[in-house]
Amino acid sequence: MPIAVVLILLVVGSLVFHVLSPWTFTPLASNWSQIDDTINITFWVTGFVFVAVNLFMAYAVIKYRAREGNKATYDPENKKLETWLTILTSVGVAAMLTPGLFVWGDFVNVPDDAMEIEAVGQQWHWTYRLPGADGQFGNVKAELIDNENPFGMDPEDPLGRDDVLVENGEVHLPINVPVKVNLRSKDVLHDFAVAQMRVKMDLVPGMETYLWFTPTKLGSFEVLCEELCGIAHHTMRGSIVVDNQADFDAWVASYPTYADTQNEVVGNAQAGAAQYAVCAACHGQQGEGLQALNAPKIAGQEGWYLRRQLNSYKAGRRGVHEDDIFGRQMAPMAATLANDQAVENVIAHIQTFPDNPSPTTIDGDVMAGQKIYNVCAYCHGGDAQGIQAINAPRMAGMTDWYLANQLKNFRSGVRGAHPQDFYGKQMGFMGRNLQTDQQIYDVIAYIGTL
Amino acid sequence: MAYVSIADRDHEAEHHDPDTFITKYVWSQDHKVIAIQYGVIAILIGLVGMLLSSAFRLQLGFPDVFSFINPENYYQFVTIHGMIMVIYLLTALFLGGFGNYLIPLQLGARDMVFPFMNMLSVWVYALSVIILVASFFVPGGATGAGWTLYPPHAISPGTPGTDWGIVLMLLSLGVFIVAFTMGGLNYVTTVLQARCKGMTLMRMPLSVWGIFMATILGLLAFPALLVSAIMMLFDKLLGTSFFMPAMIQAGVATDTVGGSPVLFQHLFWFFGHPEVYIVALPAFGLVSDLLSTHARKNIFGYRMMVWAIIAIGGLSFIVWAHHMYVSGMNPYFGFFFATTTLIIAVPTALKVYNWVLTLWQGNIHLRVPMLFAIGFIFTFTHGGLTGLFLGNVTIDLPLSDTYFVVAHFHMVMGVSPVLVVFGAIYHWYPKMTGRMYNETLGKWHFWLTFLGTYSLYLPMHYIGFLGVPRRYFAMGNTDFMPDSAITLNASMTISALIIAATQTLFIYNMIVSLKKGEKSGGNPWKSTSLEWQTPDTPPKHGNWGHSLPEVHRWAYDYSVPGQAEDFTPQTVPESEVPVGRDHGTEH
Amino acid sequence: MYITLIFLGIIMATVITWLLRQTFNTQPWISEAADNEVSGSSMDTNSKAVALTVFLAVATSIFALFISAYTIRMDEPDWRPLAEPTLLWTNTFMLILASVAYHWTRNAAVKGLDSRVKSGLTVSGAFTVLFLVGQVVAWQQLNAAGYYLDLNPANAFFYLLTAIHGLHMLGGLWVWARSTMKVWTGADSDSVRLSIELCTVYWHFLLLVWIVLFGMLLST
Repeated sequence: MPIAVVLILLVVGSLVFHVLSPWTFTPLASNWSQIDDTINITFWVTGFVFVAVNLFMAYAVIKYRAREGNKATYDPENKKLETWLTILTSVGVAAMLTPGLFVWGDFVNVPDDAMEIEAVGQQWHWTYRLPGADGQFGNVKAELIDNENPFGMDPEDPLGRDDVLVENGEVHLPINVPVKVNLRSKDVLHDFAVAQMRVKMDLVPGMETYLWFTPTKLGSFEVLCEELCGIAHHTMRGSIVVDNQADFDAWVASYPTYADTQNEVVGNAQAGAAQYAVCAACHGQQGEGLQALNAPKIAGQEGWYLRRQLNSYKAGRRGVHEDDIFGRQMAPMAATLANDQAVENVIAHIQTFPDNPSPTTIDGDVMAGQKIYNVCAYCHGGDAQGIQAINAPRMAGMTDWYLANQLKNFRSGVRGAHPQDFYGKQMGFMGRNLQTDQQIYDVIAYIGTL
Repeated sequence: MAYVSIADRDHEAEHHDPDTFITKYVWSQDHKVIAIQYGVIAILIGLVGMLLSSAFRLQLGFPDVFSFINPENYYQFVTIHGMIMVIYLLTALFLGGFGNYLIPLQLGARDMVFPFMNMLSVWVYALSVIILVASFFVPGGATGAGWTLYPPHAISPGTPGTDWGIVLMLLSLGVFIVAFTMGGLNYVTTVLQARCKGMTLMRMPLSVWGIFMATILGLLAFPALLVSAIMMLFDKLLGTSFFMPAMIQAGVATDTVGGSPVLFQHLFWFFGHPEVYIVALPAFGLVSDLLSTHARKNIFGYRMMVWAIIAIGGLSFIVWAHHMYVSGMNPYFGFFFATTTLIIAVPTALKVYNWVLTLWQGNIHLRVPMLFAIGFIFTFTHGGLTGLFLGNVTIDLPLSDTYFVVAHFHMVMGVSPVLVVFGAIYHWYPKMTGRMYNETLGKWHFWLTFLGTYSLYLPMHYIGFLGVPRRYFAMGNTDFMPDSAITLNASMTISALIIAATQTLFIYNMIVSLKKGEKSGGNPWKSTSLEWQTPDTPPKHGNWGHSLPEVHRWAYDYSVPGQAEDFTPQTVPESEVPVGRDHGTEH
Repeated sequence: MYITLIFLGIIMATVITWLLRQTFNTQPWISEAADNEVSGSSMDTNSKAVALTVFLAVATSIFALFISAYTIRMDEPDWRPLAEPTLLWTNTFMLILASVAYHWTRNAAVKGLDSRVKSGLTVSGAFTVLFLVGQVVAWQQLNAAGYYLDLNPANAFFYLLTAIHGLHMLGGLWVWARSTMKVWTGADSDSVRLSIELCTVYWHFLLLVWIVLFGMLLST
């Protein structure tokens, strides 16, 4: 008897939950309202069956519960009833399936006027490529991919010269223009998913997949990887920014074409010496760092990482959080580097410094730290040497107190909270897993032994 | 195939009671002992799987509060939890456990046809479990590739356990398949060849039908897992490129080219989808018997139930790619697989209708097994209906890989079969031990498990609607996820912990009732099927004493009109109690 | 996956048709006198024969899946067919002889001709061993010719398929060894008749599988 009451309560409760729940579809921002419609049809059909079957069952349990002297009816089957139920069920199924298939037909066939972009996935980042003025993508090959050519562009293919390369997790799209997103993976399976757009598709290494949608709302929408791709799967984030056409054009123009990246600015170490004079006040003549001034060692750090951080400071992606006292000191310093040439020069100069390991200033349990470092090693490498392809910098031999400060900053969101700082965001995820300061000291003590 | 006609079944009657402890409980060839061995191992490893889920649920409900769980072991726990529950718990328990126990007893056989192979089966299964558990203790730990083990990430750097973990995982699966095949050959052959006199196929209880069809599916589908496991082992250990395309590993290009990750997915789901029914069909069968017995009424539409089992079994081989709508396979396949998938809903729905109609005009005794059976109908209806969302290719676009999927399959092939497992264990416990379980503890167990799981999985669907992806160690600040969803996640974790704790009631009940339970007698439920008519309870080795039973009617003669008793065992001849020939509604 | 679907389709269709034939036109709640007399055995044959048939269905499923995987993987551009050694023709011939010899032994066993069974078993075993040795030699030839396993999926499939087929053959040889031991230690042919009959079926099956595999390897 209680079971019948509970069944009724559960049915009613589920319906109430469904109606009142604040957790429902994220507001749609694309043309795919048909998908939502299909879901609503399915809700009505399945909801009816759910209520009918369970209420009927509850009623039967109440009405035919065991009582003294009662006897069940002998009732092997009822062909007529079973036939009717089969027909009704088939009708319900057809009602759900038919619109589904029509919408799928729309999804499979991309409109002719769709613009194309390419989203490239790798462990654990998104980058994008636009076809440029000619509207056609150049050839890419997996075997050409390396640190200098992260997209694997084929230098022989003239179509690729004007391809716009966006080495950044954020891509802009014009509003109300259908866009076909070609999907390509450099390493393992990924999945390109934007909840507000409703569509998703896997990225499969060795082949190209696609999806399409028409953005209908201005704003920024998060891109998530939704196919398990390794230990940092949950940190693989990107974003889509829907602009009006003018803003979109301006954004495209701010990114280099493949041809541009071929004429890269080359740093001049001697010229960099003059620019480094400003840095030397804190970071030391040889980039060895000075704890008293909270300046980390930069000698021996890889150029790509220095470049990214300098540019982040310059662009206001780093050193803007109000609690980031030292970062806020660095930001105006980075701003003194007027252009890319200056940045490259100073990096080239830093590369000439001798690389002596920083002294140990932090005590920790090396054994405990080694266990924690297991997770770090996936990106930063077993020897904390850093892996450029995964965007993970070197930590071995660098300033340990600085690592500790940064881990605390990542953990508290002082660093990595800027919406465009996708690399910092990743470290934020990882930093939050180190709950106590002691864990931070332990892992840094272990890194000190590498 | 008429090349042999030796009537070998008489020879099989020579069963001697083994006398030493070892031959009686360890190297036993008695199907009932083997069934219990299967059951105990499966439940033990299932408890491990449950603890793993509690651990990662802590991280999901209270992100970064519990320091013992980090991204590495989170993904390992998620992976091994899934693997254990689907294969090492449910498949083994339904087929190895209930299959072994019920097939010979319900069919009036003395034992399985090949008892020695049956014994090998359980010990090879134990070996596979040991290998699985061992993978936690090798360098690099267990695999964290997700239970689907998709390449390339399952065997390339960046995923936990790609050194030894994945090798042991694949090895363990291979060993499991060997164990299953040995068991499966036995179950099929026993059903076909060793039934007692008068036991036509259409007089078999639905339990046997479900287990029989599931075994056929398993025998034909597990090879797909075996094939993909072997090919992946080659890729991992010998450097081949069956599944490995040209790709970058930690910044370095591999020398593999051309391999097809989608091919693996096809093979995997060619096994994986029938696997759903390998778990579901036995549950369908067992629950039918539970409902009929405790409602004191014949199962409604027996023939439809049998045909539905057969139809579902057949259809289950042509729906596999509905797991792959967004995998990058040819999108035109979506039309075909969405259609077949939704067609399979029809026979499944008919089964639900017939269960409910069995209750109609019954005389329903709400004892613990019945509560679990009713709970099953509710959760299965819920889980089955959400399957109609995911099977419809269009709706899969927003919902695939979100928590909606997790909620759906836990409801339909996690909670539902497990409720049947519990109900069936309570139902047959008196036969297995000769004693009754504790009814009060059993009811507590039911209520906490049933309500706990619903409060865990109902909200989870809605997290999926939001768009929250599965297999995320942490969500962080995501623009579409409101703070309230984090609170909801915490409440789901609390439910999960309550469910986990509740299972101690079950274990306690099972162990204590062995000694302290009331004596049950041979047929406490007044049931008609053969296992309740054995001369001894628990049945002795050989089951039937001197002579095999003879069957004169189907297994569902409950409340036959004109009879004083509301059940007529299958062994009662027609001359004593006429069957309900004129009383059916079949005109 | 079409090939697998065809194979499994045939198997499932057989199973389902058979089951439906057993279940149609019955009203199980009505006790038929005829039903009461049913022996409870669905096949008029030994249980081991039934089990073997089921196992052959399992093995068919395994090979069909490998063949499906082969045909799908073959379409990728990196596929470089390998030159099958001519030795494989000899091996095929050996396996045919083994199969024929087993059939001859079976006929002898049915007639109860003990000595013929003895020699027949020996001959069929010898040809089978020759086949397996020949396969291993073929591997060595391929390896020597530079067709390494990890060089190309075509090579990998060759080694894999022959290995899986060889493993099935070894399993058969184990049963063969048991009956041969029995016969040579003086048991009469009746005691091994069933085993020989089933092995004959198994050998024919593996011959058929090999011919299909060999044909596929040659033609691609």
